[in-house]
Amino acid sequence: MNISNQQQNESALAARTEQKPAQYATPAADVESAKEGYTIHAEMPGVDKSGLEVTVDNGELTILGHRGAEGFSGEPVYREIRRNDFRLVFELDPTIDTARITARVDQGVLTLTLPKAESVKPRKITVE
Amino acid sequence: MNIVRYQRYPHSDLSVALGQLTNMRQELDRVFESPFGSLLRPLGSLNRWNPAVDVYQDKDQFTVYAEIPGLKKEEIEISFHGDTLTIGGERKREGNTEDGFRSERFFGKFQRSLTLPLPVNRDQVNATYKDGILKVVLPKAEEAKPKQITVSLN
Repeated sequence: MNISNQQQNESALAARTEQKPAQYATPAADVESAKEGYTIHAEMPGVDKSGLEVTVDNGELTILGHRGAEGFSGEPVYREIRRNDFRLVFELDPTIDTARITARVDQGVLTLTLPKAESVKPRKITVE
Repeated sequence: MNIVRYQRYPHSDLSVALGQLTNMRQELDRVFESPFGSLLRPLGSLNRWNPAVDVYQDKDQFTVYAEIPGLKKEEIEISFHGDTLTIGGERKREGNTEDGFRSERFFGKFQRSLTLPLPVNRDQVNATYKDGILKVVLPKAEEAKPKQITVSLN
C-alpha cells in the first residue's frame, strides 16, 4: 500500500500560519485501488467546486475544502454540524500519473481519480 | 443520555481530541438548555449513520439542516407524524469497493427525527438539497408566532 494518510499536527500548523480556521476536520474518505489506479471519495458537505483546492506537491496530494458561508437564518437552537474546513493529505504512490489526476464534486462528495502511468501497468511481452 | 451521536472522524492528535472534548462540553451545555434537548435522538445502535443536524429558528420559522452528502434527491425522505419531523433515506454504494483499503464512509439507511416545540404550517414546508446539505424550512403556524399587542388609550 503506497497511499497513506499523513497525520500531521493540524492545529500547530494552523497556529504557525495564523490562518483563520484553527482546526481542520478530516473528511470521511474511501480509497479504492484497481489495476488502472486509485479512486478517492471524500465527504465534504457544504463544499462546492469553488471551495475546493487539490494540489500535488513533492509526491504529496493535499485536499482542502472550504465551506461556503451558508446563510443560517435565525438563532441556533441545536447544533451538531461542525463548521471546520476540511483537509486530507495523502502520500502518493510514485506510479500515479499526476498529470492525469481528475477531480469532481457532487453533492458534497469529492471524487478523485488517480490513474497509474501507462509504463507501470502490467503488460505481456511477446517473445520473438 | 439520548443525544449521543457517533463520530467517526479519525483524529490521532491530542490537541484535536481535547478540542473535541471542549466542543462536546459546549454541545452538552447547549443541549440541556435547549427545548430540543430531550427531543432529538438518534435511532438504533451507534454504529450506523447518524447525520449531523442543526436547528435554527427565528420568529417566523424553523430551519433544519442535515449533512447528508452524496445522495440523490429521490433518495431523501422527509415525513411528518404529529409534530415530529423525520429525515431519512438510503445511500447506496456505487462501484466495487471490495479492494478498497480505506473505508470510512457510511452506506445504507439513515434516519433522524425531531419533535418541534411549536406547531408548524405543514403545507408550507420547503426542502432544498445543495452541496450535500439538506435544508428544511418549516414556517411556524400562525398561532405559534409571537404577537405584539398594542396598548390603546381611550
